[in-house]
Amino acid sequence: MELPLWEVFVRSKQGLDHKHVGSLHAADSKQAIQMARDVYTRRQEGVSIWIVPSQAITASDPSDKDSLFDPMADKVYRHPTFYTIPPEIGHM
Amino acid sequence: MYTQAMDSPGQVSHLNARREDTLEQEVFDAALARDDKIEPRNWMPEAYRKTLIRQISQHAHSEIVGMLPEGNWITRAPSLKRKAILLAKVQDEGGHGLYLYAAAETLNVSRDDLIQALHSGKAKYSSIFNYPTLTWADVGIIGWLVDGAAIMNQVPLCRCSYGPYARAMIRICKEESFHQRQGFELCATLAQGTPEQKAMLQDALNRWWWPTVMMFGPSDKDSVHSAQAASWGIKRFTNDDLRQQFIDATVPQAYFLGLTIPDAKLTFNEDTKHFDIGEIDWDEFWRVVGGDGPCNRERLATRVDAYAKGAWVREAANSYADKQRAREQKKAA
Repeated sequence: MELPLWEVFVRSKQGLDHKHVGSLHAADSKQAIQMARDVYTRRQEGVSIWIVPSQAITASDPSDKDSLFDPMADKVYRHPTFYTIPPEIGHM
Repeated sequence: MYTQAMDSPGQVSHLNARREDTLEQEVFDAALARDDKIEPRNWMPEAYRKTLIRQISQHAHSEIVGMLPEGNWITRAPSLKRKAILLAKVQDEGGHGLYLYAAAETLNVSRDDLIQALHSGKAKYSSIFNYPTLTWADVGIIGWLVDGAAIMNQVPLCRCSYGPYARAMIRICKEESFHQRQGFELCATLAQGTPEQKAMLQDALNRWWWPTVMMFGPSDKDSVHSAQAASWGIKRFTNDDLRQQFIDATVPQAYFLGLTIPDAKLTFNEDTKHFDIGEIDWDEFWRVVGGDGPCNRERLATRVDAYAKGAWVREAANSYADKQRAREQKKAA
């Protein structure tokens, strides 16, 4: 009998994003939080934990990578380095 | 901790699987050539997937079986400080096992199947844990030498081509350094102690030195998995290279502690600038890998027993969760 799978996200420091750190098995979300504390934050790696049922995650398909992300490749004008600012102006 | 057993014989055939000449194979090969990571949802050859499942799960099994020899000394640690350190270390090993099981599960294999393979004896774990921990000095030697050897093996795995495995290894390596240092400090304390304590330390080194040297697995000329694993970016250095690196690092540390390495042929080679060692007893290595080490049966029995005794906890937690969910649904309705 296998317990359900959960994905664990940890905020390492107040002010930073929660970041995916791994997964674990637990009966419910409360137990998952306790387990996540023991497995992923034994050395003060976190100040906050999110637990998400693995089944609840929808991921993009790697084979869609081109159609999803390629349209951004030729839009260099979205980056500040595309524009030339006269040296007299200095930092902008 | 320990990936030596991945070189055990008898599981070679799938490794020689022929390459598939497909577009997916080309994308996969190109990713490896660029030193890119392979992630769970990327296409991968079946042989690559199987090799990873075998290596990562053996590694996970080694971590949790590795809790047993040291766990043996938790109740008998000589001071509260040493006891707290040992508890933290053994808990780390459990955590390392869990990171690795989770990484293996991203390859479409269930935790139950992995545990079942360990309990039935089908899956291997590092044979170093089939040696007994007879004295307190063994706890120091395990940290210093066994974890030291493990670090040599594991640091290159942080750059392994499979993303989830590499990330788990980075976490593990960060924590492993404490294990080695506490072990060396424990040994250093005994080395400065009474004549009896020094003798106990030397005795522990005498028993653990050769098994530790063997942890790197068979010599390159006898290692069946190295070439394919290297081309897949799973293995970055050969067994013999890592073994030599370990010996060169460790021998001076033993001298510092005033210990004698139990190898009459050990000499520093001025030409190669490496230590040359005597003949390794490979018969012993294969005997222990094959199941006939001093503690093989005991270790496996302890694991199976612990799992069986924990069954009621898993069942109770599941029933409680079911009950809570049912209550929530009733409330919502």
